Amino acid sequence: MNSQPLQATTRLNNGVAVIVLTGDIDGSQEATLQAAYAEAARHGAGPMLLNFGGVGYINSTGIALIVGLLARTRTERRQLLACDLSEHYREIFEITRLSDFMTTYADESAAVAGVDPV
Amino acid sequence: MTTTKSRRSFWPLRRKEQTEETPVQALPDAPPVQDILLGWDIAPNDPLLAYFLHSSGAVELSRLNLDSPALRRLKDEGVVMVVPLVSQGELVGIINIGQRRSDQEYSSDDRRLLNDLAVQAAPAVRVAQLVRQQELAAVERERIETELRVARTIQQTLLPKEVPALEGWDIAALWQPAREVSGDFYDFIHLDNGCLGVIIADVTDKGVPAALVMATTRTLLRAAAERLVAPGDVLARANDVLCPDIPPKMFVTCLYAVVNPASGHVRYANAGHDMPYVRRTAGGIEELRARGMPLGLLPGMPYEEKEIVLQPGDTLLLYSDGLVEAHNAQREMLGFPQLRSLVEEHGGGADLIPFLMQQLETFTGPGWEQEDDVTLLTVQRLAAPEHEDGEPAWRVLGEFDLPSEPGNERLAIEQVMQLAAGVPLTAKQIDRLKTAVGETTMNAIEHGNDFQAEVPAHIAVLATDAMLRVRIVDHGGNQTIPTAETPDLDAKLAGVQSPRGWGLFLIKNMVDEMTVDTDGEHHIVELTLKLEGAGA
Repeated sequence: MNSQPLQATTRLNNGVAVIVLTGDIDGSQEATLQAAYAEAARHGAGPMLLNFGGVGYINSTGIALIVGLLARTRTERRQLLACDLSEHYREIFEITRLSDFMTTYADESAAVAGVDPV
Repeated sequence: MTTTKSRRSFWPLRRKEQTEETPVQALPDAPPVQDILLGWDIAPNDPLLAYFLHSSGAVELSRLNLDSPALRRLKDEGVVMVVPLVSQGELVGIINIGQRRSDQEYSSDDRRLLNDLAVQAAPAVRVAQLVRQQELAAVERERIETELRVARTIQQTLLPKEVPALEGWDIAALWQPAREVSGDFYDFIHLDNGCLGVIIADVTDKGVPAALVMATTRTLLRAAAERLVAPGDVLARANDVLCPDIPPKMFVTCLYAVVNPASGHVRYANAGHDMPYVRRTAGGIEELRARGMPLGLLPGMPYEEKEIVLQPGDTLLLYSDGLVEAHNAQREMLGFPQLRSLVEEHGGGADLIPFLMQQLETFTGPGWEQEDDVTLLTVQRLAAPEHEDGEPAWRVLGEFDLPSEPGNERLAIEQVMQLAAGVPLTAKQIDRLKTAVGETTMNAIEHGNDFQAEVPAHIAVLATDAMLRVRIVDHGGNQTIPTAETPDLDAKLAGVQSPRGWGLFLIKNMVDEMTVDTDGEHHIVELTLKLEGAGA
């Protein structure tokens, strides 16, 4: 079970700045996540979507990074969304109440359309 | 016969019990071969033999009128008179007399002399023949003994030196070879997923050929078992590889079972071997049936797979046909029905083996010469002993140490999941366990052991029939582990609290029970999950 370094790419999808995450999210990946956030923020003040489709592992320090991102979007009065979470991490988002502040969608197209949150 | 001044030849005759392949040759102390042997034998059905046997002395061939190829050939080679050597009513040889050098006929004195000689020579020839036969038999016996030793050595070398020691299981084996070694073997294979592969097999044929096929089959089964998971696939693979090379008319019956020590599941496939029995501790006996051709007969054969669950106390019995096909003095076979009732009568466990052997001895009676190898294996899932408080005892599935280095929580997750591979966890429980183990190990490495690589985190995986427990121990026992409170997300989002501090909360929510203890030197955190599929 080797750790997979986090990779993040950004794109604009129908007015939503999407950060596509691949790999593991833990505390050591803060720089990658912050850089991706900065890149995505250049697309404007619209909603931002974290696509977790390529993420296999998130630990508590990774949760802390996501909390940090969420705090930042709230300061910037930006909406933060999430999609493609596995069932296990959807459960963790619910336990931690992250899903109370980040609407969670099954996939990117549903998130961009703003319909059918999970 | 030098007194006759004749050309003479002598060749011993075939005795009745001799075969075409082993004619008796000249006596060791006889004259040189080229001087006395014509180089051919009289056919056993030639009427000349019967004539010689019943003649009362020297026979002049010119007076015989028989349809005998041997007679014609003797005459062609210049033999004029034959003196049969008869001992105890058996023709043991003949003396061939050629024409006298003087061209005169043999006189009555000559004939009397020859007859006297025959009377004295015949028993001596017979004795010499018997001695020679015994010498040849001794050589043959030695050859067979050597072959048996080689075969037995091969067989013994390949059998397991000891049975596996599995927590919560009692495994026993007996292999009692017949004098003429046949091809029984058994094997145990520790698989990567924590399961135990159990093989019992029987190669047709005996001696060195059977031992060599046994060695090959064992190697093929091991190679397949290490690469493939499903027992049916393992047998199919071994069969396909064995088929082109196995000698004609040989094949291997084989049963391969994969025992999951954590859950009691036994998955098996059968290549024409005798069906195993399961003795249920709750009562009753079951035959484990699964279809499949013996190995080595036809390539491309499918092998049906079946699965059972051994409950605590249940015993699986594997055996070879040397047991059920043993005969008593009346030539009656022990048979399957009697074996079944014996297993049912006994109740199971490792003691079943000496019980069955004692019953076999009673059945066959004293002086029984074992016809075939007898192999018996018992695999019993032990009933979990109870502590005084009535709680079931925990079985240790495995334990290990990890250096306290960042990132090693991933190794902890991997190794715990390997040790718990056989435990019937749901997919959701597996994900939860991974998160809980990862978080707890991170805490142990970082907070308990302060990232000192040489101070290990110790991890143990334990199970009962109903629960799984992971124990993680660090050396930070002098510190207090805070209680797992629900983090205040609103405060974190408002920047009033650090965004960190989720570990203990996550752990507590991932398992059914989390306990923290200390002995002053160590922290001992135990994570417990209830097995939803227990006893399935």
